[in-house]
Amino acid sequence: MSTAPVNTVDPVDTRSQTAQLSIRNVAKVFPGKKDLFSKLTGKTRRDFVAIQDINLEIEPNTFVSIIGPSGCGKSTLLNMIAGLSPITGGEILLNGAPITGPGPDRGMVFQNYALMPWMTVEENLRFAVETVDPKISAKKRDRILKEHIQLVGLTGAERKHPHELSGGMRQRVGIARALAINPQMLLMDEPFGALDALTRGFLQDEIERIWEQQRKTVIMITHSIEEALLLSDRIVMMTRGPAARIDEILDVPFPRPRNRETIEQHPAYHALKAEMESHLFRETRAVEAARVGG
Amino acid sequence: MAASHSTPGLLLTERQTTPVWHNENVRAFALFMLSLGLFLLFWEIGAKAGWFVKGVPTATETIKEFWWWVTNPFFDNGPNDLGIGWNLLISLRRVAIGYIAASLVAVPLGILIGISPVLYKAFNPYVQLLKPISPLAWLPLGLYLLRDSEKTGIFIIFISSIWPTLINTTFGVANVNQDYLDVSKTLGASRLRTIWKVIIPAALPNIVSGLRISMGIAWLVIVAAEMLLGTGLGYFIWNEWNNLSIPNILVAIFIIGLTGLLLDSLFAALEKFVAFGRNS
Repeated sequence: MSTAPVNTVDPVDTRSQTAQLSIRNVAKVFPGKKDLFSKLTGKTRRDFVAIQDINLEIEPNTFVSIIGPSGCGKSTLLNMIAGLSPITGGEILLNGAPITGPGPDRGMVFQNYALMPWMTVEENLRFAVETVDPKISAKKRDRILKEHIQLVGLTGAERKHPHELSGGMRQRVGIARALAINPQMLLMDEPFGALDALTRGFLQDEIERIWEQQRKTVIMITHSIEEALLLSDRIVMMTRGPAARIDEILDVPFPRPRNRETIEQHPAYHALKAEMESHLFRETRAVEAARVGG
Repeated sequence: MAASHSTPGLLLTERQTTPVWHNENVRAFALFMLSLGLFLLFWEIGAKAGWFVKGVPTATETIKEFWWWVTNPFFDNGPNDLGIGWNLLISLRRVAIGYIAASLVAVPLGILIGISPVLYKAFNPYVQLLKPISPLAWLPLGLYLLRDSEKTGIFIIFISSIWPTLINTTFGVANVNQDYLDVSKTLGASRLRTIWKVIIPAALPNIVSGLRISMGIAWLVIVAAEMLLGTGLGYFIWNEWNNLSIPNILVAIFIIGLTGLLLDSLFAALEKFVAFGRNS
């Protein structure tokens, strides 16, 4: 574990001057228990290296998906970019400045929506807008709220509470809330993971449509190959954990605006899909094998 | 909302296809009435035939007595002959003062303790030690310290109804869904704004549950405490025991139960109001 695995991406070469987000040699180590008390009680635990040697440069206005087997530390990486989880090695730079904590320059979309159940749709958005800009005028605020509720197609549901909405509608609110604060970048942690296949498809189309309008930088964690291919400019494939790293970064050449029928006609589609499938299959099988063996 | 507009439709289709006694609520109500009738009948016959100890009133006597007390609730012929309405109001007033004071201490203190792990660890021993003490154990101490039966009654209510609210508030505040806190953090909300706009509303169902349990305890305790104090429903029961008026004791017991039920349903409604689809 002390020797770093050879990364397919050489950090020095790929370091870009125009990158909006630079992830440099980032690692996440969850500290174990090695104090005297733990030793005496026999409850010592070794350090757990979740991810290691992550190097990634993200240009402005690109849609990047991170895909990998379960438990490979994708969410950990995203939480570090969000500033919710401390970085234990390397650094993450946003516009050249290291990330030290969370901030409204990064909008976050959560897998389980994370809407406040006691707030209506409009109040959830208003809470976000007013938190980021407490001195905002009522007129400007209301315009922002209206625009974003309209953007995600929830006009008419402003006064509903989250429990009155379907999962798909809740995640629309989640997306609207993340965008309403006008962040530089959108971080999405398996945003459609909890939705059924049909709703998922609808929302993917919505994200594609919204992305065409706003072209914000997006980093999305996903399990779905089709989803990544439909939405991304680049797909980051991670290896299994522990000490997960980036295995390969694929460029997705399909022209935009995209829709799921036309991209399947593209000559590169099936090769890309096959490559991702074989990667995910290989890594997941290794995870299963390790679990059976261990 | 959904239930209210689905009910008429349900009734319509039911009426066409199944007889009315297949409805669960109708059957439950019928069973309730039947068991009540049987109980009253058993009571009536038993009391008349002398199955129980001597002096047990019949059901009809008790119901007549009950009717007299509820139709003449407010009369005042001195402290030992006071209408049940006055006694009820006296008890409710004591409960209200002690309970509100307890809530005003317990909720803010619970929020404070719930937010800070250090405070939680520091104060938990007090709470755990004081919580299991029977409220009546405080009575002599209260009388000694306050030298006043009225204040002592309120003090007992205060000290016994503080714990459930305090514990539930602390629990609710300490266990706010991490996602809500993450949202607040990513937006860069200040600590105060997070507490005010996220933590307290998120913990509100727990706080109200605590208030509900506290209210139940306060109502249990006041009756016991008043037996040793001056006026109120508890004293009414004690007084009627000295008069050996068993029907009046039964009347008071029924009124205490009914009042407790009403207070509890009030809080049940409040719980529903703050739940927003959560089931706590």
